[in-house]
Amino acid sequence: MEDVDTDQIIPARFLKATTREGFGDNLFRDWRYRQGDEPNPDFVLNNPAYSGQILVAGKNFGCGSSREHAAWAIYDYGFRVVVSSFFADIFKNNALNNGLLPLTVSEGFLQQLFERIQAQPDTRIEVDLEQQTLRVLDSPLQTTFDINPFKKMCLINGYDNIDYLLSLKAEIEAYEQKAITF
Amino acid sequence: MGKTLFDKVWDAHIVTRIPEGPDVLYIDKHFIHEVTSPQAFDGLRKRGLQVARPHKTLATADHNVPTKDQHLPIREALSRHQVETLTKNCKEFGVELYGLGHPLQGIVHVIGPELGITQPGMTIVCGDSHTSTHGAFGSVAFGIGTSEVEQVLATQCILQNRPKTMRIEINGQLGKGVVAKDIILYIISRISTSGGTGYFVEYAGTAIEGLSMEARMTICNMSIEMGARGGMIAPDETTFQYVKGRPYAPKGEAFERAVAYWKSLRSDPDATYDKVLTFDAADIEPMVTYGTTPGMGIKISQPIPQIEELASASARASIEKSLSYMVLQPGQPLKGKQIDYVFIGSCTNARMEDLRQVAQLVRGKKKAPNVTVWVIPGSKQVEKQAIAEGLDKIFREAGFEFRGPGCSACLGMNEDKIPTGAYCISTSNRNFEGRQGPGARTFLASPLTAAAAAITGRISDIREWVETHSNVSL
Ligand code: SF4
Repeated sequence: MEDVDTDQIIPARFLKATTREGFGDNLFRDWRYRQGDEPNPDFVLNNPAYSGQILVAGKNFGCGSSREHAAWAIYDYGFRVVVSSFFADIFKNNALNNGLLPLTVSEGFLQQLFERIQAQPDTRIEVDLEQQTLRVLDSPLQTTFDINPFKKMCLINGYDNIDYLLSLKAEIEAYEQKAITF
Repeated sequence: MGKTLFDKVWDAHIVTRIPEGPDVLYIDKHFIHEVTSPQAFDGLRKRGLQVARPHKTLATADHNVPTKDQHLPIREALSRHQVETLTKNCKEFGVELYGLGHPLQGIVHVIGPELGITQPGMTIVCGDSHTSTHGAFGSVAFGIGTSEVEQVLATQCILQNRPKTMRIEINGQLGKGVVAKDIILYIISRISTSGGTGYFVEYAGTAIEGLSMEARMTICNMSIEMGARGGMIAPDETTFQYVKGRPYAPKGEAFERAVAYWKSLRSDPDATYDKVLTFDAADIEPMVTYGTTPGMGIKISQPIPQIEELASASARASIEKSLSYMVLQPGQPLKGKQIDYVFIGSCTNARMEDLRQVAQLVRGKKKAPNVTVWVIPGSKQVEKQAIAEGLDKIFREAGFEFRGPGCSACLGMNEDKIPTGAYCISTSNRNFEGRQGPGARTFLASPLTAAAAAITGRISDIREWVETHSNVSL
C-alpha cells in the first residue's frame, strides 16, 4: 500500500509521552487493533507468519507529520530497516537520526519483493550497510542501494550529530559575527 | 549564474559545509511546542548542556490544549503532563513561553507571523511539519524531528542536506469563490502527495502575487502535503506592510534597512530550478478532498474519479482502501453529500481573514440542524480581534461554537474529536484516516466551502450558493 502516513504509524493521541520509549506498543495502532482493543487478524503485524527486523512498505512511506515518534515506534517495535521505493523527507531524516535505516529500492524490485514475501512469508532478507546491498537469501533477488556517505558513516560509527555541532563552536560564533542583522 | 530566492536565503545561513555531507545551517528562529520538545530537553539534560541561544527560541502550547474552559487546569492527565513539562523545561532553560492562558498563546504557525517574529530572509525551524507556513514571508522554514530540535537547542545550528528547488507558477485570474486553500488543494491533486518530495518550492506568478499574506500562509502551510520540505514566496510590498509595526518587527530606521535587504530576496531572472511547473489560475475551482490523503482532491463540479483511470496497481489499492474508509463510491459527486461536522480552524485557515470570510457568509443565518460547527481561532490574538469585530456574535447566532485557540480537531489530541463514522468538512490540512479522531471521515476544503456546508448541511458549491443568497457576495 502507498502513502502510509505518520498518523497511521503512530496516531496523534499516543504522542503524549515525554520520553522516547514505549511507542512500539502503539505502532500502527488503528490498523493493528479493532475497536475495543481486539487485535485485527487481517493486519500483517498480527499474522504470525510474518516477523523480523525488516519492514517492507509501499511508496511514499512516512508522509505527513514531522513526529519523530513514528521512527521511535518502528524502532521500539523491533524493526531496524524499512524498505520502500520512496520515503518522505522528514521521516527519512528522523529514521537515520535514530539508527533506523530507510532503504530505497526501485519500484520494480519492491514489487518483486512483495510477491516473494507473499508467496513465502518466511523469506529472509540480508542487508549489508557497509557494502550497500540487500540480498534475499535462497533466491537470485538482490540489489544495491544508495545512502549519503556522511549518514552511512554516522550509522556505522554511531556518530553523534550534536557532538559534531558542538565541536564547531568557533565557526558558529564567527558566523554570528558576520550574519545580517538590522 | 543567477540564484533563486531559496539559494539566497540558504547560502546566507551556511556556517560550514561538510564534503559529501549535509550543510551546517544557522537557524534564526526556533519555535517549539509541547509534543515534540520534551525528549529534546531531556537529551540536553543528559548531556549537561544549556540552550545555546535561548532568546532565539520561542515556545507555545497548542496541540494538546482544550478549547473550552482554558482558564481551568487541563482535565486529561497526559495532556496536562505534557503541557506542564513544557512549562518546566522553558523555565529551567530560560526559553520564553506563550503558554496556555497567555494573551499571546496560539498555534505556533499563527503566532510567529502575527507577532512579527517571522520575517523575510530568515531560517526558521520547528518540530512540526507545517513550519513551511512561515515561508510565505520569503524565509526558509521547515519542519524537523525531535533529534534535530535538540541539535538546534544545543547549538542554534542544524545539519541539513540541501534540497532541490522547484518553482510553481500560477498565472492569471482566479475565479469567484476560489481562494488560497483551493489553489493549494488543486496543486496537490495535480502533483500528488509525493510530487514535491526532495524539493523546496517557490510559489510565483501573478495569481500568487495578488494574494494577501494570510492567503500566502495557507498555501505555504500545505507545501508539506505534497512532500516538499518547505514552500516560499518572494517578499514584496504586501509582505513589508504586513510585518511593519508588529511587536517583534524592526522599528524606524532599522525597518528601512531591513526592507532594503528584503527587497534583494527575489529569484534572479536567470536563476534555474531543478523543476518548474506552471498552472492556469482560471482552471482552479473550489476544491474538496474525497479520500484519505490531501492529494485525493477534486473540483467541486467533478465526480470522484473512476479507479480504472489510475495508473498503478498500488495506487488503485490505496484509493480503494480510502474510499472504503470514507464509504464513498468511484464516480459519485461530492456536491450534495450530507455532513455532520464543520471544523473551521488549524494553522491552515484560522486567521482573521478566514474568520471574516466565514462570518460574512453566515451573518444572519442559522446552521443546518444536522451539523455541529466548531470555529476555533488560531490564536488568542485572533480570538480577541474576532470578538472586537463582533464575529463571535455572528457565529453564536448561527448556532456555531466559537471556542478558545489551539490545534483542536485538526489532529484530535485534545477532547475535540470527530466521532467514529461522522463526516466532517474541515479547513485543516490533513484527511488521514483517524486524523480527526478514530474512524472520523474528513473532507478538506476552504473556509468559504466549509461555511456554506455549515448552513446547508451538505457539501455545496459556494458559487451557486452565493447566487441563491442575494445578501452575500464573494
Ligand atoms: S493546527 Fe494542525 S497542522 Fe497546524 S500545527 Fe496544529 S496540529 Fe499541526
